[in-house]
Amino acid sequence: MISLFYVAAIVAVIASMLVIIQVNVVHALIYLVLSLLAIAVVFFSLGAPFVAVLEAIVYAGAIMVLFLFVVMMLNLGHASRQQERVWLATSGWLLPSLLAGVLFWGVVSSLPSIDLSVSVIGAREVSIRLFGPYVLAVELASFLLLAGLVSAYHIAKR
Amino acid sequence: MNWEVGSGLNIASVLIVVIVIAAMLIWVERRLLGFWQDRLGPNRVGPFGLLQVVADMIKIFTKEDWVPPFSDRFSFVLAPGIIMIVILMSFSVIPFAPGVGVINSNIAVLFVLAMASLGAYSVMLGGLSSNNKYALLGSLRAAAQMVSYEVFMGISLLGVVALAGSFNLREIVVAQENGWFIVPQFVGFVIFLIAGVAESHRLPFDIPEAEQEICAGYHTEYSGMKFGMFFVGEYLGLVLISSLITVLFFGGWHGPLLPPIVWFVIKAAIFIAFFILLRAAIPRPRYDQLMTYGWLFLLPLSLLNLLITGALILL
Repeated sequence: MISLFYVAAIVAVIASMLVIIQVNVVHALIYLVLSLLAIAVVFFSLGAPFVAVLEAIVYAGAIMVLFLFVVMMLNLGHASRQQERVWLATSGWLLPSLLAGVLFWGVVSSLPSIDLSVSVIGAREVSIRLFGPYVLAVELASFLLLAGLVSAYHIAKR
Repeated sequence: MNWEVGSGLNIASVLIVVIVIAAMLIWVERRLLGFWQDRLGPNRVGPFGLLQVVADMIKIFTKEDWVPPFSDRFSFVLAPGIIMIVILMSFSVIPFAPGVGVINSNIAVLFVLAMASLGAYSVMLGGLSSNNKYALLGSLRAAAQMVSYEVFMGISLLGVVALAGSFNLREIVVAQENGWFIVPQFVGFVIFLIAGVAESHRLPFDIPEAEQEICAGYHTEYSGMKFGMFFVGEYLGLVLISSLITVLFFGGWHGPLLPPIVWFVIKAAIFIAFFILLRAAIPRPRYDQLMTYGWLFLLPLSLLNLLITGALILL
């Protein structure tokens, strides 16, 4: 399981980097889906199969489909790729790369001290927590979703 | 993780049998359609036309595999692979009989739903990368249809999950030993059936590839084996939906006298034949009719079904 964790984590990191440097937005989205699926495998390997499959359904399966749906209607062609190339070729890479390097060093140096002992948390345990101690957060999230739904309906009606 | 994975022989035989059945369905569907429409269907190659599939395969493998120069090559090549992979992955959690099946997973139902939602990328990328107006229209329709029907597909299953108390498909089958879930969950079954047809976008819900309106929809530009993969992928989806209905609502391998695997095959085959009959019997609705029907009728119905099931379980 630990080797699965490392493989999935490396895939997630590389795919996320590829998302940034793609000039074609559809390819960037494909790599983002790959990255999210790899993160789902990371959750799975750490003993959270329920969260892993929800990650795959909600992020990779629903939200990214909507992203792709919007991209389909934008008709981004050659011009947008040229523009993206111009944006990518700047000296603005310097500071973020430095920051990312520092973070990377921090993560790597803390790796040996992390305890990766796996205990499986299934759907039942997650649900008991969600509707027990965290029920207030669930209700607040549902308020937010309802507000989003009503405003989307309002905007679409105009 | 204490999940049992089947032996290598088990995995290989499930994979091969499923693909061969999906390929054979090309012939079965055409013969059955011919039978129901009072004509012969393909009967020239081999006994009863059985070797039609072999002839089709030889033809499709030797065709020129053309990638249009105006397409986006990377996603164009990727798209047909996705549908094959996600549907074959879904078969890994299906319990065919006691001891037959690839993996005994505690999240099997959710895994199937996740794979179904990833299947939407295949049609979307296929249409988008083709750089063709018909293909784009087809994949726009496909995306909207699949995203909408996924929702009720998931909710209609929750009644069964609540009754069995598990996301594990093997435990769901075991829970049906003394009565199939079709009886308490008839509404869930009907919604799942409709959503299943829409998910595998077969006629009457083949709006993404409606030949009369938009050529062949999202796979207009595909040729050779890439088209073949979309085609076989559709049949694989049909086998998958039939197997899922068998497992979730019709007691899986349970049945008297005959061995369990035979019962599973019989039940699944009845549903495959039913889906083919559906194609011969019902005309295609309009796109907006499909969406309205889904969101304004099936969604409230499936929520109501879940609410009543939950209330009855608590009582």
